[in-house]
Amino acid sequence: MSKSPAQPQSGNAILDWIDARFPLTALWKQHISEYYAPKNFNFWYYFGSLAMFVLVIQIVSGIFLTMNYKPDAQHAFQSVEYIMRDVYGGWLIRYIHSTGASMFFVVIYLHMFRGLIYGSYRQPRELIWLFGMIIYLALMGEAFFGYLLPWGQMSYWGAQVIVNLFGAIPIVGEDLAVWIRGDYVVSDATLNRFFAFHVIAIPLVLVMLVAAHIIALHEVGSNNPDGVEIKKKKDPKTGIPLDGIPFHPYYTIKDLVGVVVFLAVFSFIIFFVPDMGGYFLEANNFIPADPMKTPPHIAPVWYFTPYYAMLRAVPALLGTQVWGVLVMGGAVMIFFLLPWLDRGAVKSIRYRGTLYKGWLAAFVVSFLVLGVLGTQPTDFLGQVNKMDVAVILARVFTVVYFAFFVLMPWYTKADRTLPEPDRVTG
Amino acid sequence: MKQILLFLLAATLCLGANASETVKLDRAPGDVHDSASLQRGARAFVNYCLNCHGAQSMRFNRLQDLGLTEKQIRENLLFTTDKVGDTMTVAMRKADGREWFGNAPPDLSVIARSRGADWLYTYLRTYYRDEKTLTGWNNLVFPMVAMPHVLYRLQGEQTLKTEAAAKGEEGGEAHHAESHLVLNKPGTLSPVEYDAMVGDLVNYLVYMSEPFLTQRYQTGCLVLIFLGGLFVLVYSLKKEFWKDIH
Repeated sequence: MSKSPAQPQSGNAILDWIDARFPLTALWKQHISEYYAPKNFNFWYYFGSLAMFVLVIQIVSGIFLTMNYKPDAQHAFQSVEYIMRDVYGGWLIRYIHSTGASMFFVVIYLHMFRGLIYGSYRQPRELIWLFGMIIYLALMGEAFFGYLLPWGQMSYWGAQVIVNLFGAIPIVGEDLAVWIRGDYVVSDATLNRFFAFHVIAIPLVLVMLVAAHIIALHEVGSNNPDGVEIKKKKDPKTGIPLDGIPFHPYYTIKDLVGVVVFLAVFSFIIFFVPDMGGYFLEANNFIPADPMKTPPHIAPVWYFTPYYAMLRAVPALLGTQVWGVLVMGGAVMIFFLLPWLDRGAVKSIRYRGTLYKGWLAAFVVSFLVLGVLGTQPTDFLGQVNKMDVAVILARVFTVVYFAFFVLMPWYTKADRTLPEPDRVTG
Repeated sequence: MKQILLFLLAATLCLGANASETVKLDRAPGDVHDSASLQRGARAFVNYCLNCHGAQSMRFNRLQDLGLTEKQIRENLLFTTDKVGDTMTVAMRKADGREWFGNAPPDLSVIARSRGADWLYTYLRTYYRDEKTLTGWNNLVFPMVAMPHVLYRLQGEQTLKTEAAAKGEEGGEAHHAESHLVLNKPGTLSPVEYDAMVGDLVNYLVYMSEPFLTQRYQTGCLVLIFLGGLFVLVYSLKKEFWKDIH
């Protein structure tokens, strides 16, 4: 890692001793104090560091929850209430963790949206995008496994529905579902393995992926709201990009402002609206899991609802439901192709033409509308010609969602873009 | 695959059932900061509910939050145990409950979080006589409920005004309970007193579902004030560091 074989002596004996054996100073310089980031980062650039911050919050609060939680179908529900009441500060730890789960998705969705508007997935940052997408998948898994642990009605039936999706896969489906559950229905065996996935397997993967995401980022350098490469214009003497500033102290301190504002929002939710009107903690999840009683309306937590709306929108065809599952899976996986679908002459939305802007707006609207539809029963908007209006809407917006990706090579190429500036514009 | 279809079917059916519920919920009057109301509610809970329903997550000595002393709790509220640090459990076994009522009485520790205060407040006030049910009682917001009207001595006996009003005309406007029910036999409490008592009881249930609520609000205010101060600090720091970047 070290750039020069002989590290300059710092004058600090301990540091020199370490540097002779481990590239501490070199790493610090490479990733923090001499990592040059574009100076024109705006609001959207807070969410990367915030995502890492939430990851740390979740890991630390999770460790404390694990100390008192019991992954046992007989005791899980009760142990959560025990944490809330009898563990000192337990209610706070639990609300931090439950709010953190939702806020993780808020932050990640905004972080991904930043990538979309400024073309951060484009060459040479394709791998950063791919690592990021795998992080997103892992996060979905983490959230899904974790949601079973409180062992409430929504935990139980949500897990039942999602695992049954695998059952829709032809031939191997049923066996696969049994293999995932470890039983014929969601049961104590399922709870135990989901606990293992939630507290160790996926977090480990997440942390390693985040490291890969950042190493890849620091290799190629950050994009910026103008979408121009700051490495193209360097100071001839120092070799430092003219529009780059050292990450530390400039962005460490700027991100600190972001962290404090985020913490204020986060704390407001934790202390005043931890249920978030049933979106962060569902009312039905305060009823202990009962395999004999299906709740009237099963909806996933809000961050999965766009995909859930798509799943319900796709009709059965040729006697199988697998198409809905494929569409749902495809809706997530298609993000992976983004770097190769975009043929635009420029990266940033600032210099894109109306075609891209229009499609992006349509995509955002469909994602949000599908998200709302997914929280509601399919008949909540009534019927037209014996068809649920909500289902028709979901179908239309599913098509728009996919069209954004599938048509991208054409509309980005045909788009009338503005010329990119040479340097960042502040 | 069949399970998904079944689930979707069940979901739609149950939603249909929900949609035809035309009783408007009354607003529960409770205030979780009113300890006198909570004390009265706790008394009602221990006397009337805690015979069949448990509250496994609630310890008796936590009632000290409501301004009761340990001695008062021990002398007035401990019927099921003699240890004030115990949780509110009942002696009735689940299997017996299932046999006697068709359904084991649910634990009420967090019932206010799953049902909501307004639902509970309306539910406990809309029992009516119905000869067609096993218990002789039915309920406007929880049709065919397994629990008989435990508080009927206090409320008296209500009956439906008309059969149609109970079901609610399909697609009709939702009405409050008063328009459906009429008090035939008065109980030991007047309707106003009964409503107040149920209000206190529901208030207690809300408290019991989140006993740390007051503490949560107080801590929240302090945390937000602290973060406000911290924001001023880090924002000035940022401005200071960034003043040479153009």
